[in-house]
Amino acid sequence: MSIKGKAYIGGIYEHPSRKIDNKSIAELHTECAKGALDDAGLTFKDVDAYFCSGDVPGLGALSMPDYMGLTVKRQDSTNTGGSSYLFHVGHAAEAIAAGKCKVVLITCAGFGRRGTAVRERGGPDAPFEYPYGPVTVNLYAMAARRHMHEYGTTSEQLAWVKVSASHHAQHNPHAFLKKVVTVEDVLNSPMIADPLHRMDCCVVTDSGGAVLVVAPEIARQLKTPRVKLIGQGESSKGQMGGHVDLTYTGAVRSGPVAFAEAGVTPADIKYASIYDSFTITVVETIEDLGFCKKGEGGKFVSDGNLISGVGKLPFNTDGGGMCNNHPVNRGGITKIIEAVRQLRGEAHPKVQVKNCDIALAHGTGGSLGTRHSSATMIMERE
Amino acid sequence: MATAYQDRKIPVAPLNAGDAPFFEGAAAGKLMVKYCNDCKQYHHYPRPMCPFCYSTHTEWRQARGTGVVYSFSISRATGPIPYAIAYVTLDEGPTIMTNIVETDLDTIQCGQKVTVVFKPTEDPKLAVPMFKPA
Ligand SMILES: [Zn+2]
Repeated sequence: MSIKGKAYIGGIYEHPSRKIDNKSIAELHTECAKGALDDAGLTFKDVDAYFCSGDVPGLGALSMPDYMGLTVKRQDSTNTGGSSYLFHVGHAAEAIAAGKCKVVLITCAGFGRRGTAVRERGGPDAPFEYPYGPVTVNLYAMAARRHMHEYGTTSEQLAWVKVSASHHAQHNPHAFLKKVVTVEDVLNSPMIADPLHRMDCCVVTDSGGAVLVVAPEIARQLKTPRVKLIGQGESSKGQMGGHVDLTYTGAVRSGPVAFAEAGVTPADIKYASIYDSFTITVVETIEDLGFCKKGEGGKFVSDGNLISGVGKLPFNTDGGGMCNNHPVNRGGITKIIEAVRQLRGEAHPKVQVKNCDIALAHGTGGSLGTRHSSATMIMERE
Repeated sequence: MATAYQDRKIPVAPLNAGDAPFFEGAAAGKLMVKYCNDCKQYHHYPRPMCPFCYSTHTEWRQARGTGVVYSFSISRATGPIPYAIAYVTLDEGPTIMTNIVETDLDTIQCGQKVTVVFKPTEDPKLAVPMFKPA
């Protein structure tokens, strides 16, 4: 059974704030849920399934429906880090296709700036890593270093990811960073963990978002333009028992599954939301999804090739995690949201891709430097 | 540019059952790695079950303590002092997370030959293997 055409994205909402005081996490999730329901023209009473990840308080998929007064018959709390929400969309489509539910609410929200992000601790690997001082940025930095060593990727090439995102962010009034930056700005920003500079890193924000996945018969009744899910794939990748290879991601598995299910190829993708925790994340992912050959990602992202209206692969037109938003250190939900805006024709006019009929969103959770998750979803405007 | 190596207080995470030989071995000056008697491969991090062939006929063996740097990063703004996190590929096969020490951190390179040293942790009974240029 395929999920192709079995589910639609019926509602989206991205919280406009990036710094938030005096709200609880549950309250912020609820505001995001309300935003997506308003977008769709639905109410909390219409929701019959709730999916969430590790950013929810309490026993997530149990606590939040109780808090919001939902009556649900399907719950999922898959936690694969920042990619979780792209996993949820696939699982939601499967549940809808199986007739288990019709309106799936997915929320993500929290306060990244308070340092309260959920951290995965105590894995079987922890004793063998913790003494060596692994933090998010130096782990991704090791992936970047090895990619440079094997393929000649340069810091200038990585910088283009940030530069391109900043060109888009200038048009987003809610973006955390709205200033257009240059390659030189990135290279001159402080070195955090060689070879990654401060501007190779995504922003840290208090924010959130929500997505509604709905059955076809519900989608036909909604006021929103119809965006159909046509493919989704997921995987994870780790240290492989010591056969460590930091030059590729789980997208080598999630991408082909999603493309095969959708019946399209990278050449058909008009817009791509690519998870951009760090600049290197984008370069490796673009290679692994087949937008260019392995090792040529650095060249591919250079010279504005990711800038809408300029390059071949417009990406992260909201400004991405690099500049716009990375709510509670989990950027997946915003990747889905901007892809849906593009397919609806609701992106900012300065960055809206013409004739955007097929779009891709990709999420990466955890760390490229140790173990991470990958999820790819492909959507079509109907 | 030069970034001098400085000793760092090494924290340890709570050990799980079966983990101790790695850390107690290091305290005794030995680099201990898990070996599978069925598929004849080493793996890391250590498990009771081989992640390659799923055999439970695994045992601790002392590695030679030599290898090459697979990748590394100098953390300059994530702690009180700069330090070099790295992956080192042991001559026995597996690539393990570690630190590169006792050298100018700015001279570290992928592919560089390194040899093991043992550094004390905050727990007096436990040490960890790190590597310096060979
Ligand atoms: Zn084996």
